[in-house]
Amino acid sequence: MSNVSITLHNNDEARGLIAAIQKDNPNSVSHVYPGMVKIDCPDRIVIFRESVELEIGRSWTVNEIHLSLISLAGNVDEDDDYFAIHWNH
Amino acid sequence: MRMMIILPFIGIIERETTMNVQKKISLKDRYRILTRGLDWETSYQPMGKVFPDVGFEGIKIRNWDDFNDPFRLTMDAYWRFQAEKERKLYAVLDSFSQNNGQTAITDGRYVNTLKLFLTGISPDEYMAHRGFAHVGRQIPNAGLRISAQMQALDELRHAQTQIHTIGQYNKHFSGLHSFRRMHDRVWYLSVPKSFFDDAVTAGPFEYMVAIGFSFEYVLTNLLFVPFMSGAAYNGDMATVTFGFSAQSDEARHMTLGLEAIKFILEQHEDNVPIVQHWIDKWFWRGYRVLTLVAMMMDFMLPRRIMSWKDAWDIYFNDAGGALFGDLARYGITLPKYVDVPAKEVNRLSTEAWSIFYQYTHAAAFHTWLPTDQEMDWLSASYGPDWDRLYRPRFLHWRQMEKEGHRYYNNALPQLCQVCQIPMAFTEPDDPTRVAFRDTVYRGERYHFCSDGCKNIFDHEPEKYVQAWLPVHQIFQGNCGGASLDQVLDWYGIEKGVDNMDYAGSPDERTWKEWEAMRGRVAG
Repeated sequence: MSNVSITLHNNDEARGLIAAIQKDNPNSVSHVYPGMVKIDCPDRIVIFRESVELEIGRSWTVNEIHLSLISLAGNVDEDDDYFAIHWNH
Repeated sequence: MRMMIILPFIGIIERETTMNVQKKISLKDRYRILTRGLDWETSYQPMGKVFPDVGFEGIKIRNWDDFNDPFRLTMDAYWRFQAEKERKLYAVLDSFSQNNGQTAITDGRYVNTLKLFLTGISPDEYMAHRGFAHVGRQIPNAGLRISAQMQALDELRHAQTQIHTIGQYNKHFSGLHSFRRMHDRVWYLSVPKSFFDDAVTAGPFEYMVAIGFSFEYVLTNLLFVPFMSGAAYNGDMATVTFGFSAQSDEARHMTLGLEAIKFILEQHEDNVPIVQHWIDKWFWRGYRVLTLVAMMMDFMLPRRIMSWKDAWDIYFNDAGGALFGDLARYGITLPKYVDVPAKEVNRLSTEAWSIFYQYTHAAAFHTWLPTDQEMDWLSASYGPDWDRLYRPRFLHWRQMEKEGHRYYNNALPQLCQVCQIPMAFTEPDDPTRVAFRDTVYRGERYHFCSDGCKNIFDHEPEKYVQAWLPVHQIFQGNCGGASLDQVLDWYGIEKGVDNMDYAGSPDERTWKEWEAMRGRVAG
C-alpha cells in the first residue's frame, strides 16, 4: 500500500479544506511544516464539495482548490462534487 | 415558456418568459466543449509540415483524443484563479517592501540562498516558459495544447514574480544585480543553464517527459518545498509567498506531466523503451542539478528546516516509490542509477559546499565555514561517517583561516561533460576516491563525474560534444581574458563585493548595522 499525498497552504483560506479532508479521510496523517500542511493517506484521498462547504459556511467550487494547493502525489480525478487523488496499483 | 417565480412574503407567481433557462454546464462538459472539435485537418499544407516536430522522436500516437486533463481547467477559470493568486502575492510583496521585511530575516547569510535562486533558477523558469510554448505549438491535440499553454504562462509568471520579489533584496544586498548575464556566463550557473538548454533543444515528447514528468513530478518538490519552507523558517515572508504561489501551479504541472506520460505509454508499446530512456536520463540530469539545493539546505540556511537526506526520503523515496509502483503496469521501472543518490546522500551537500568554499573568489555569492553548532547538526543528520570524513576538513580550513592562509583553489577544475559540475564527486561505494569516467568519441576523450552522466553522453554523443563548458571557454580565451579579474568582469561579478567570504563582506556590514540599530532601540 502506498500513500497518496496533498500539501496545502497553512492559512485561513485552506483551513476549512484541511478540516474537511481530515474528517472525510480518517486514515490520513497530517504533518505541519512552516507555512504548509502535508496530508498523507494510504491509497486514496477524497475531498467532497459538500464537506468543505459545511466547514466554511459558503458555497465552494472544487476548482477553488487551486488557490490552496501546494503539491500532490497521485493521480487526480476532479468533478463538480469531489476531488480525488489515488494510485492505480 | 412559462416560469414559476417564488417571491418571499408574496407567494408564487407564474409568468411568461423568453429567458432560455439552462442547467449549469458541468465541469466535464465545459472541458469537453473547450478541447474537442477545435482542431481540423489542414488542407493547404500537409499536417506533417504544420506540426513538423511531432514525428522525429519515434513516438507513436494512435488517437490524440485519448488525452484528458484531470483538472479540466477551462481558460476562464484559469485566468480567475491566476489573477487571485497574483493579487494575494503582490499584496504581500507590497507590504514586505513597505515594512522593510528584509530586516526581519534570521541572518544576513540567508540572502545568499536567494542569490543562488535568482541567478540559477529564475532564468530557467523563463526557459521552461519557452519549452512549454514550443510543446503547445507542436502537439496536434487541443487538450494537451491548452494545458501546455497554461503552463507556459505559469512559468513566465514564476520568472517575473521571482524577479520582483528578490528585487527588494537587491536594494540592500550585493550579487543580485546582473542575474541574467551571470546565468549565461558564470561557471557554476552553467549547471542549471545547460540542463534547460538540453531540454528545450529536445523534441516535444522528450521535453514533456524531461520537464513535465521527471522534473515537475519526480523532483520539483525537492526544489521548491525545502527552499520555501526554509524561507518561512528564516523569516523571509516574500520568498515564501512567491514560492508557494508558484508551487500552487506546480501541482497542475505535475498532473500534466503524469497524464502526458501515461497517455504516451498507453498509445503504443513501442513508446515504452523510448520513454524509459528519457526517464533514466532526466532523472539523473535533474538529480545532479539538485546538488545546489542540497548544499543550500545543509549549509546556507541559517536555520535549517530539514536535511537533504530527510527531503530525499520524503519527496523521492516515499512519493517517488509510489509513483513508479503506479507506472509498473506499463513496464516502466525506477530510473537507472536510482541507487546512487541514496549512496551519495550523506556527502552530496558537503562535497558541493567544499567546491564553493575553494572557489569563493569566482562565485557571485558568499561562503563561510560551518560553525561548531552547524557541524554538530550535520553529524547528527549524517552520522558518524560525516565526523570521520568531513569535520576534519572543515577544522583544517578553519585553522588555515586563523593562521592567515585562507585556502583558495587557484587551478581551474575539470568539468563533467554532461552535468558540467566540477569533478569532485566520489565513488558511490567509496567516499574517499574521486569518481572519473571517460569515453573516447571520434578521437577525443570526454570526462564524466558518474556512470549516469557517461550513459547520457554515450547515447547522444553528437549533442554533448557541443557542450559550452565554462573552464574550456576560459582556456580558449572566450571569457574576457586570461586573468581572474578579467573573467570576473566578464561575468559581471564585482570584486570584493559580490564574491569571497561572508565575513568582511559589504553584506555583513549592512546586516551588522541593522543589528546594531535594533540593539540601540532595545537598549
